[in-house]
Amino acid sequence: MYLTQEEESILEGEHGPTLKKAMEILSTLGDIYGADSLIPVKSAQIAGVSYKTIGDAGLEWISDLEGTVVVPSILNPAGMDLERWQEMGVDAKFASKQVQIVEAYKRLGVRCECTCTPYYIDKELAAFGDHLAWSESSAISYANSVIGARTNREGGPSALSAALIGKTANYGYHLDENRVPTIGFEVDCKLTGADYGALGCLAGAQAGSGVPMFRVRSKPYDTELKALGAAMAASGAVALYHVEGVTPESGQQEFPEETIIIERGQIDDVFDEGCGKECGNGYGEGYKNGCGNEPDLVALGCPHYSASELEEAARLLEDHTPAKEVWICTSRRVRDANPDLVRRIEDSGAKVFVDTCMVVSPATDRFGCVLTDSGKAFKYVPNLCGVRARIAHINECLAGEDSD
Amino acid sequence: MHILTNAWQERIAIRTLKGRPISRGQAEGEALVTTQSISFLGSIDPDTGVVFEKGHELEGEDVTGKVLVFPSGKGSTVGSYVMYQLKKNGTAPAAVINRSAEPIVVVGAIISDIPMVDSTKPDAIDTIRTGDRVRVNGTSGAVYIL
Repeated sequence: MYLTQEEESILEGEHGPTLKKAMEILSTLGDIYGADSLIPVKSAQIAGVSYKTIGDAGLEWISDLEGTVVVPSILNPAGMDLERWQEMGVDAKFASKQVQIVEAYKRLGVRCECTCTPYYIDKELAAFGDHLAWSESSAISYANSVIGARTNREGGPSALSAALIGKTANYGYHLDENRVPTIGFEVDCKLTGADYGALGCLAGAQAGSGVPMFRVRSKPYDTELKALGAAMAASGAVALYHVEGVTPESGQQEFPEETIIIERGQIDDVFDEGCGKECGNGYGEGYKNGCGNEPDLVALGCPHYSASELEEAARLLEDHTPAKEVWICTSRRVRDANPDLVRRIEDSGAKVFVDTCMVVSPATDRFGCVLTDSGKAFKYVPNLCGVRARIAHINECLAGEDSD
Repeated sequence: MHILTNAWQERIAIRTLKGRPISRGQAEGEALVTTQSISFLGSIDPDTGVVFEKGHELEGEDVTGKVLVFPSGKGSTVGSYVMYQLKKNGTAPAAVINRSAEPIVVVGAIISDIPMVDSTKPDAIDTIRTGDRVRVNGTSGAVYIL
């Protein structure tokens, strides 16, 4: 890969050991993937924040780094609400380690806003055609597909390297030729809300690391596209998709010849999976907190809820107390911008947590079964928390005792 | 028997493997070879360097100071940080040789100053035997069986 004179001098260590390592990571990954050069990035979004996922190993590495990021950089969700962790049931030892991780990033100039939806808090981070170094899988999918920006699936260290250098290697989804759809999905029914997450569970498993293109009968909201992409990044490794007539690059793409038809029954089957219905289909073993046929936690906001989703939750919780414990996860910025919505939600007994989510927080592990409106959480909670999960529409998730 | 003898002689003759440089630096150690991919997270104990993954070919083996030869990384990206922790604890492999490098191990080797090469000719897993004394040059890509 071609390096400029300045990039070479960084690689030779003339700008210190941290930048030398960062340049080594970027140039080696570039060589492996056949990049021609490094390109400037507009922003970085860095995964590897929850102490639950990176542990002492990650904390040590981040703490040893020295330097300052040179592009706007933001963090993935942490393992707890940085203020209300006790309410979540997180213990003090975990909290102390989690704070150390966030402080270590802050020392490097990273904005300590912990969210998987950076596009809701600052439009400057990503616009159509911008090159980015993002590492949270659903944020990557949203940036590539819905915004039309360009990012690969960066790992935590490579995203941080890009933040320190201000560049990333030019390969993969940065290039037009890799943004062409490889597999078509024709959806044979109208979809709404959590249907899109369920569709993502199905399509991601089929698409793998390919680029799906969808033909749908209904016009999805951006929040529904967010749910679709997040689920496909969890059930497969999808980083970019197109929706005919909807997403910004779809007009330049042709619908693939290889097409899979998805019918209503298949979507419905996803809602019937998991706990709460049957306990026999592979969900019986390996879970720590008993069989738990009935969900005992409702967890919404994976990815983090937007203002419009908070509004819908507030409306659904208007005149009753939800039957179960309810956590709604969003970013600190969206919460602070919508105090009335948050008050209306919390008046019902539901809780709005920020900086974190049910997937990366150890607080989820004590429950028996999680009910969620997210295809991504539905896929990840069993593996990452050892807790069963079921997906349902938001109105079912927030129903009161008597409305079953 | 005759074929085996030939293969053995051929192996004796190969003292140098030419690979692609991945992570800079040089190191020497006893080879520990597996045909199975390695996930550093949930597979190798960072305190002891011992492989604890049930059913892995290397289960019970200590990677400390070894030239670890395996096809590729797999699993969680946190594996990169586990390699860093092994290094800090003095339990890291001396060098890594992969058949095909992927980002988890690449990033782990670079941040941990562990020399690494991949794509050697002839193939490292077919050529190097556990117990061989091996020198790895991660800057040039050369691997020497001593």
